[in-house]
Amino acid sequence: MKEKLAQIKAEALKQIEASGQLDKLNEIRVNYLGKKGQLTAVLKGMKDVAPEDRPKVGQMVNETREEIEKMLEASRKKMERALREAKMKAEVIDVTLPAKKNHVGHRHPNTIALEEVERIFVGMGYEVVEGPEIEKDYYNFEALNIPDGHPAKDEQDTFYITGDILLRTQTSSTQVHEMEKGKLPIRMIAPGRVFRSDEVDATHSPSFHQIEGLVIDRKITFADLKGTLAEFARELFGDKTKVKFRPHHFPFTEPSAEMDVSCFKCGGSGCRFCKGSGWIEILGCGMVHPHVLEMSGINPEEYTGFAFGVGLERIALLKYEIDDMRLLYENDIRFLRQF
Amino acid sequence: MNTALSWIKAYVPELGCTDQEYCDAMTLSGTKVEGYERLDKNLEKIVVGQIEKIEKHPDADKLIVCQVNVGTEALQIVTGAPNVKEGDKVPVVLDGGKVAGGHDGGPLPEDGIAIKAGKLRGVPSYGMMCSIEELGTTREMYPEAPENGIYIFNEDVQVGSDAVDALGLRDTVFEYEITSNRVDCYSVLGIAREAAATFRKPFRMPEVTVKENGEKVEDYISVEVQDGDLCPRYTARVCTNIKIAPSPKWMQRRLAASGIRPINNLVDITNYVMEEYGQPMHAYDLDQIAGHKIIVRRAKDGDEFQTLDGQMRKLDSEVLMICDAEKEIGIAGIMGGENSKITDDVTTVLFEAATFNGTNIRKSAKRIGLRTDASGKFEKGLDPRNAEAAINRACQLIQELGCGEVVGGMADACQPMKEPVRIKFEPEKINDLLGTDISKEEMLSIFEMIELKYEEETQMLEIPSFRQDLLGAADIAEEVARFYGYDKIPVSLPTGEATTGKLSFKLRVEQKARDIAEYCGFSQGMCYSFESPKVFDKLLIPQEDVLRRAIAIANPLGEDFSIMRTISLNGMLTSLSTNYNRRNKEVRLYELGNIYIPEELPLTKLPDERMQFTLGMYGEGDFYTMKGVVEEFFDAIGMKKKAAYQPEAGKPFLHPGRQADIVYEGKKVGYLGEVHPEVCDNYGIGTKVYVAVLDMPEVIPFATFDRKYEGIAKYPAVSRDISMVVPKNILAGQIEAIIAQRGGKILESYWLFDIYEGEQIKEGFKSMAYSITFRAKDRTLEENDITAVMKKILNGLEGLGIELRQ
Repeated sequence: MKEKLAQIKAEALKQIEASGQLDKLNEIRVNYLGKKGQLTAVLKGMKDVAPEDRPKVGQMVNETREEIEKMLEASRKKMERALREAKMKAEVIDVTLPAKKNHVGHRHPNTIALEEVERIFVGMGYEVVEGPEIEKDYYNFEALNIPDGHPAKDEQDTFYITGDILLRTQTSSTQVHEMEKGKLPIRMIAPGRVFRSDEVDATHSPSFHQIEGLVIDRKITFADLKGTLAEFARELFGDKTKVKFRPHHFPFTEPSAEMDVSCFKCGGSGCRFCKGSGWIEILGCGMVHPHVLEMSGINPEEYTGFAFGVGLERIALLKYEIDDMRLLYENDIRFLRQF
Repeated sequence: MNTALSWIKAYVPELGCTDQEYCDAMTLSGTKVEGYERLDKNLEKIVVGQIEKIEKHPDADKLIVCQVNVGTEALQIVTGAPNVKEGDKVPVVLDGGKVAGGHDGGPLPEDGIAIKAGKLRGVPSYGMMCSIEELGTTREMYPEAPENGIYIFNEDVQVGSDAVDALGLRDTVFEYEITSNRVDCYSVLGIAREAAATFRKPFRMPEVTVKENGEKVEDYISVEVQDGDLCPRYTARVCTNIKIAPSPKWMQRRLAASGIRPINNLVDITNYVMEEYGQPMHAYDLDQIAGHKIIVRRAKDGDEFQTLDGQMRKLDSEVLMICDAEKEIGIAGIMGGENSKITDDVTTVLFEAATFNGTNIRKSAKRIGLRTDASGKFEKGLDPRNAEAAINRACQLIQELGCGEVVGGMADACQPMKEPVRIKFEPEKINDLLGTDISKEEMLSIFEMIELKYEEETQMLEIPSFRQDLLGAADIAEEVARFYGYDKIPVSLPTGEATTGKLSFKLRVEQKARDIAEYCGFSQGMCYSFESPKVFDKLLIPQEDVLRRAIAIANPLGEDFSIMRTISLNGMLTSLSTNYNRRNKEVRLYELGNIYIPEELPLTKLPDERMQFTLGMYGEGDFYTMKGVVEEFFDAIGMKKKAAYQPEAGKPFLHPGRQADIVYEGKKVGYLGEVHPEVCDNYGIGTKVYVAVLDMPEVIPFATFDRKYEGIAKYPAVSRDISMVVPKNILAGQIEAIIAQRGGKILESYWLFDIYEGEQIKEGFKSMAYSITFRAKDRTLEENDITAVMKKILNGLEGLGIELRQ
């Protein structure tokens, strides 16, 4: 019996190996394992086996069946894989054909720059707020320490609507609105559109954008101003960016400064981009003038603060190397698609 | 302001640094150097030579051959210059040297022009004699230089010595950007004082002593200021026996380096003092002044006056005038009159050094339309004490330069001078503000350099009158900071109460709008807020339409920028037109920008600034593409209800049959449509354009970023398709309203899967087919549930005259 089973097994294996086709495999299965198959026949012959040997023989038969089944299965898998592979070989495509794109639109470079700045300051706990573009003279000038007759008022080439209502020339007006709310401390940035009566050319536009920043709290120092803006510059222009603060004058801050960043093109060694100086002027800033605090109802003996103003277009032009400001307002799709 | 470094060094003699060090240090202490230029740039190996012999060139009529002693040797130099003679001392560039430019005075080449020995028409020449243009300057600045010829030294210069030095060109001119608060620094002395403090070297004011001739000024002139509010001080001095001649070379050179053309001694002295002291001076011919009397008073409305440039100027009663006993002779602080102009025949001069109300000067100059160097200084508000110093300096120079005699005394009409400003010195507060730990002593040493006097008992600082910018403690802190060094102040971050960084809700919704527009293929544009009133015609907006009530700018850049927009479409259509004309295909743009709606005109209160989300496109896609973008946006900002679209929105700029108001929960939140073909024509767009405008203040109240999970349906859905023949005038919206309303709770969704007009459908009708899906949340729907609802729906549809197709 044992020999017979071994013989059946060997024969089956031989046939399986030789089969080569899936339907042949089925035939083999039927032939050996089917109702009328050879193994079944062996089982049927069980009645001739001594009862005490039956479990042993049964086990042997089952083992043989399992082995044949295993072989059949393995062979089937192999053949299927081969078939699939052949099929895939016929399905080769040209992967270099054009992509089917969704043609997503593009964000304006100003907005990209603005979102960068917002991300940095929101991360430092600043709230992003807005103020009106058409503004009262008081908020644009007087409350910022620029009274009537102040030269700075004329220098800014203001567009007026009436004697008292104008197009804001600076987002600094938002500082005043924020301070007047009376909620302290303040950490805010205020991006927005501003207007000055400059003719349109490659470097001027009668309408552009600024981002104003204001921090007011107890014990805010000039060192805090330096630290905050240095951090901002590194985030915006890269880790290696150095900053330089130069004294300057703004009516609403004292002390005042302008901040230069090391040229992010040449790293500070001097190039055409930074006109050989290694530095690029980036923003104006300073400690909020005590008189400005006072006018907005904040006690300068108790609170101090700093403020800064950045030209958004300036950042966008520098960062993205745009050489003509007019491109920003033409909305030529070939320009916008590059961002 | 441009000034030669040598002039600064005249008052800070110990100043020793390189040009770059000077530039950096001054900029860091607050006197920003915009740039600097060496006057001897590209001038190499140039010495004083003396022509010993001149011979004709054997082969060229226009050339001569000179033997030139250059100190160490005699060189043969061939030249074509016609103006030299034997004995002349001239600048000679030696073999291997360099000059700055060509003799034609054209633009200077960056690297200069190298000079080498060579032959001219066969005769060897070992150098070149130079014209003033070749030395990089001009006859304007060196008036003694001949036209088209070699520069000839007329003073005693040593043969073989450095010619560049002899010409005063061993110098560097610095260009400063002076901030508007530092009127004292619009002067050489002001900058020198800053330089001294920056480098911690002593500052020496010029010593001014005036030798007077024994006469009395009162015998020549009297001064009366009638409008003291506009003229805090008017000083006048008289010089007699004036002899007009060129001013000395040192003065000419300093003026030339500052960009001021030397004229003659008298003019040069006034210019020199204006540069040096920052005090504009005016010189009158005393013989032209009627009654020997100066009266300072306002003009009369409608007066006309001829300024010394020959122009007639219209005056008004706010313009301050300098007058004599009979007539107006000058516009105060702006320009003198033609009628008192100095001529070369002048014998007696009246000097004026005055200060005027800065604001008044600025406004007058603007109204008259005449802004001069002088008015630019006066409008900043000058120090009355400086006027006296300057006029004395001018008289000293008159006398020292042999230009004339100085009459004794000064006529002075002076309003009471302001008391000096006194500021409490609190070192710890300064350190608190700066975040520093600077000692009191160091602060005091800074104050000493910038001439602030400190009184220990009162702890008060007394501010000198020329520092009009120092008014309070914060100003003092800045003085400490800038001389201590901004770069030495430490770096820290604000501490204290934590705050939440965030965007306002409005800004978050706008951010979403950008995201969705971009996902849908729209790129962001930016348009101007102001435009031309003509846009209303282009957009076919009727004359009486409220949109035409736009806010006008009083002083616009031109008509094209003269009104604040009340509708955002012009910007969008202009941008699309730009793209269309540049043959860009498939353009989709969006814009987020304000329109400005006045409550009443003229404006008495701030207008309503309404953020508009504007989309525009041409190329692939249609009305429904645009509608899709609107709904994607609504979906993204949590507006889950179905927006309604009402046709005939009444927009004159849109196709009358292809426009709709967008209505959400009964509120108009915007509109969309195809642009009217005539409007397209007006913008030069030769294809269909679709636009959508969402009025964000109406949208935002419906927006929410709250989300709630509603579960995924467990029970199966049942769908029913209905096919209808619908009268043409019935809108899908009407059918859907009935389905939505009558579908009840179990209605899940409905979908128009076919719409057809034409053959097989009777005239005036269209075929529409909807697939309607029902589902209950809590059970499997039974056939009779569906039948009941469908019956309701079908009844409703029949009410619209719709027939069901079998």
